[in-house]
Amino acid sequence: MTVERKKWRDLPIGGVIITGGNAQVYLTGNWRTKKPVIDMKRCTNCMICWVYCPEGVILVKDGKITGIDLEHCKGCGICAVECPTKVIEMVKESKDE
Amino acid sequence: MIKKMKLRDIAGSTEHLTCGHRLCTGCAEPVIVRQVLHAAENPVVVANATGCLEVATTIYPYTAWKVPWIHSAFENTAATISGVESAYRALKRKGKIDKKINFIAFAGDGGTYDIGLQSLSGALERGHAFLYVCLDNEAYMNTGIQRSSSTPRGSWTTTTPVGEKIVGKPEYKKDITEIIAAHGIPYVAQTAPSHWMDLMTKVKKALKVEGPTFINVSSPCPRGWRSEPEESMRLSRLAVETCYWPLYEVENGVWKINLKPKKKPIEEYLAPQKRFAHLLKPQNKHIVEDLQRRVDERWETLQWKAEVSQQRSQQKQQQQTSANPTSQ
Amino acid sequence: MTQTVTQKIMALNGAEAIAEAMRQINPDVVASYPITPQTIIVERFSEFVADGLVDTEFVAAESEHSALSASIGAAAAGGRSMTATSSQGFALMWEMLYIAAGMRLPIVMAVANRALSGPINIHCDHSDSMGGRDSGWIQLYSENVQEAYDNTIQAIKIGEHQNVRLPVMVCMDGFTTSHAVERIDVLDDNAVKKFVGEYHIDHPLLDVDQAVTYGPLALPEYYFEIKMQQIEAMTNAKPVIEQVSKAYGSISGRSYGLVEPYNMEKAELAIVILGSTAGTAKSLLDDLNDPRLGLLKIRTFRPFPTEEIAANLRKCKAVAVLDRAASFGSIGGPVFSEVRAALYDEPKRPQIVNYIYGLGGRDTTTDMLKTVYDDLDTVAKTGKPDPVQRFLGLRDD
Repeated sequence: MTVERKKWRDLPIGGVIITGGNAQVYLTGNWRTKKPVIDMKRCTNCMICWVYCPEGVILVKDGKITGIDLEHCKGCGICAVECPTKVIEMVKESKDE
Repeated sequence: MIKKMKLRDIAGSTEHLTCGHRLCTGCAEPVIVRQVLHAAENPVVVANATGCLEVATTIYPYTAWKVPWIHSAFENTAATISGVESAYRALKRKGKIDKKINFIAFAGDGGTYDIGLQSLSGALERGHAFLYVCLDNEAYMNTGIQRSSSTPRGSWTTTTPVGEKIVGKPEYKKDITEIIAAHGIPYVAQTAPSHWMDLMTKVKKALKVEGPTFINVSSPCPRGWRSEPEESMRLSRLAVETCYWPLYEVENGVWKINLKPKKKPIEEYLAPQKRFAHLLKPQNKHIVEDLQRRVDERWETLQWKAEVSQQRSQQKQQQQTSANPTSQ
Repeated sequence: MTQTVTQKIMALNGAEAIAEAMRQINPDVVASYPITPQTIIVERFSEFVADGLVDTEFVAAESEHSALSASIGAAAAGGRSMTATSSQGFALMWEMLYIAAGMRLPIVMAVANRALSGPINIHCDHSDSMGGRDSGWIQLYSENVQEAYDNTIQAIKIGEHQNVRLPVMVCMDGFTTSHAVERIDVLDDNAVKKFVGEYHIDHPLLDVDQAVTYGPLALPEYYFEIKMQQIEAMTNAKPVIEQVSKAYGSISGRSYGLVEPYNMEKAELAIVILGSTAGTAKSLLDDLNDPRLGLLKIRTFRPFPTEEIAANLRKCKAVAVLDRAASFGSIGGPVFSEVRAALYDEPKRPQIVNYIYGLGGRDTTTDMLKTVYDDLDTVAKTGKPDPVQRFLGLRDD
C-alpha cells in the first residue's frame, strides 16, 4: 500500500488525526492464513459471530448477515469456534485467490 | 432497569472502533471495546492509556476510532479523562455545550493495577463521572509479556521465566476489583467478553451513574497467554466457569454475583494456555492446588460478601419502610 | 499611554497576584496539587471557587503528574485550563510537559521556582524550570509581583495565539516573589476578560460530531514533521510575545519585550540575569550611577531571544551571565551557554563569564553583584575570562 506522506506544513498541528475511523483504508486481510466461510443456508442470523468478532467485519444488513469483509478479516477463527449452529468453517487460503 | 438487549437490534450499527486496527489476530481487546461502545447510548469521549489498544488503533495517520479519543501517557488515563470531564462540566454550566456525553477510559492491567493505580484512585475519590474499563490480560503485553501485579501465580512471563529454582510468578494476582470497590464508588463490576450480555448490561448500568464507575474485564491474549487465537472467547468463558474470574458487581455497596456456574476445576482453564504449561507437570502440582485453593477461598468470600451486603441492604430498606410507612 | 484602563492598587504577594490574575481570567479548569512555595496560588484560587467568584472546575489532583494530565485533558476537550507548581512537582510533571506541548495545548502554568532535591530544599533557584527548558513550553520569567501578575494574563493570549498554540509557564522566584507582598496595579476584571477573549481550539474532544484522535503513535515517518511544527511555533511565538506585550501595554501602561535592557546605552560591563535578582541589580545600578555598567534582564527564555541579546551585548567589553541553576558537567549554566552561543556570530565578541548563584535560596545581595562588576572590569582589562565559570556567594577558601 503506498501512501503519499504529507509535508510538515500540511499536517494538522499537535499530531491530531481529524479523520475518525480512517484506519479502514489499512487492509489487514493479508494477515490471514485461513478464511471463514459461512454456510448462509444454515445460518440463523443469531449474530454471535458479529458480537465476538475482534475486527467487526461480519457484515450485517437489516438483521441479516450478508457476508464477511475479507479485506480486513484477520482469520482468527473465533467466529467458527463460537458459532452455535456450527455453520462457519475456516478454509485454508489458496495462493491463486 | 436496563432493558434486555437483543443482538439483532444492535448488529450492523455503526462500529465506533473500526476495522483496520492492528491488534493481534484473536486479541480480545477489540471485542471488549466493540461491546462497550455498542452498549453506550449517548455520545462518548474515550481516553486510552498507553498499551496495545492505544498503539495498535492509532498508528499515525490512521485512527480506528470514530469517537473523540485521547491518549496522553501510561499512568494517567483516569487523570486525563477527569480533565476532559471537568471541562465538560464547566462548559455545560456556561451553556456552551448541551449534549449529554459519557466519558470512558480504557487501560490495561499495567495501566490500572500498577502504574496507573494512583491516578485512578485519585479520580475515583474526586467523583468524576466516567466509566473506567480495565482490559485485564494479566501482563505487560505491549512491551512483550512482562509480569504485572495482575499476573496470576505460577504464570510464565518474560520476567517470571520458568527456571530451575523459581517456576513462573511466585506471587498472587492483585485483586484490583475489590481495591476499587473499597473506594465506595457507586458501581464496580467484573465481567468477560464471552458473556456479552453481562458485559453490555454492566456498561449500560455504569453509564447511567452520575459518578465514577469501574468495570474489570478479562481479556484473553493469544500472544501472551500462548493460546490459539480462535480460543479467546472460550478461554474467557472458562475463566468464568472455573470461578477464576467471577462475574459480579458492587452497586452502592451491595455485592451481587451475576452468574453462579457449576464450578469447573482450574486445570480446565490452565490447560489451553501455554503460559501455564509447566504447571501441569507432576512436580508443580502443588502450585495448581494452591491456585485452586485460592480460587475456592475467594469464591467463598465473594458469596459471603454478597449474602451479607444484600441482607444488610434489605434490613436497611425494611427499617426505612417501617420508620416511614407512607413514603412507599 | 493615555488610553489605559482604571486600575486598582493592591498589596499582594506573587502567589496571590497570580491567583488574582487567574480569577480574572476565569479559566474553565484549574487542576493542581499543593507544593511549597506555590501552594498559596491554589489556596487562594480554591477560595474564589468556594465563593463562586469564578466558573472554574477546580480539580484537586492527587499529584502534579495528574494535575498536568487533567489540564491536558481539559485543554484538549475545549476548555481553557491552568495549573501551577514548583520544584519536585515540576519534576513529577516532566513527562507531561512534553506531551502538553506536543499536543499543542495552550495551558498556562505558574511556576514558583524552587530548588530540586537532593538534598531537599524549599527555597528558590531555577533548577526546576530550567530542567523543562526543552519541553516545548514558552517560558516567561518575572522579576517581581507586578510582572508575575502581568505575565500570567499575557501568557493566555500568547499561548492561545493561532500561530503559536503552545503551553506557557510563568515563572517567579519562590518566596522572594511568591511570598513577598508588593504594591501592584491590578486591571479591571472586564478589561482582563476582554483582553484574553474566548478560548478556542480547532478540534476539541467535546465536539462529538467530529471524531478527533489526540495522542496517536507517530512512527519515524511522521514524528519528525510533528516536531518541526513545534519548532516553527516557537519561532512564531517571538513576534507574538511582542505584539501581546504592546497590546497589554496599551491597556495597562506596562509593556515588556523579550528582554529588558537597563542602563545599557553606554554599558561596557553587563550582567545578564533573569528573575528577581534583576531587581537587586537595578537597585545597585541606581546607586552606582555609572553609565559603564548595565543589566540585561531576560524575560523570555523560551523562545530564546538570540538577536535581541546579541544586539544589546555586542558593544560590551565584558559580560557576566548569572545562572540560578547548575548544568552539571557543562561549560556553564543554561543561560550562559545560550547567551554565549548568541554572541558567536558577532564580529567583535565581548569577554564572557558565568556565575552560578543563589542555589537553594542562597541570598544574593547588591554587594555581591558589585563584586561581579569589579570582576568584569578586570576581565575587560586583561582580556582573559579565566575562569569561565564562577560561583557567587559560595563559601570558598
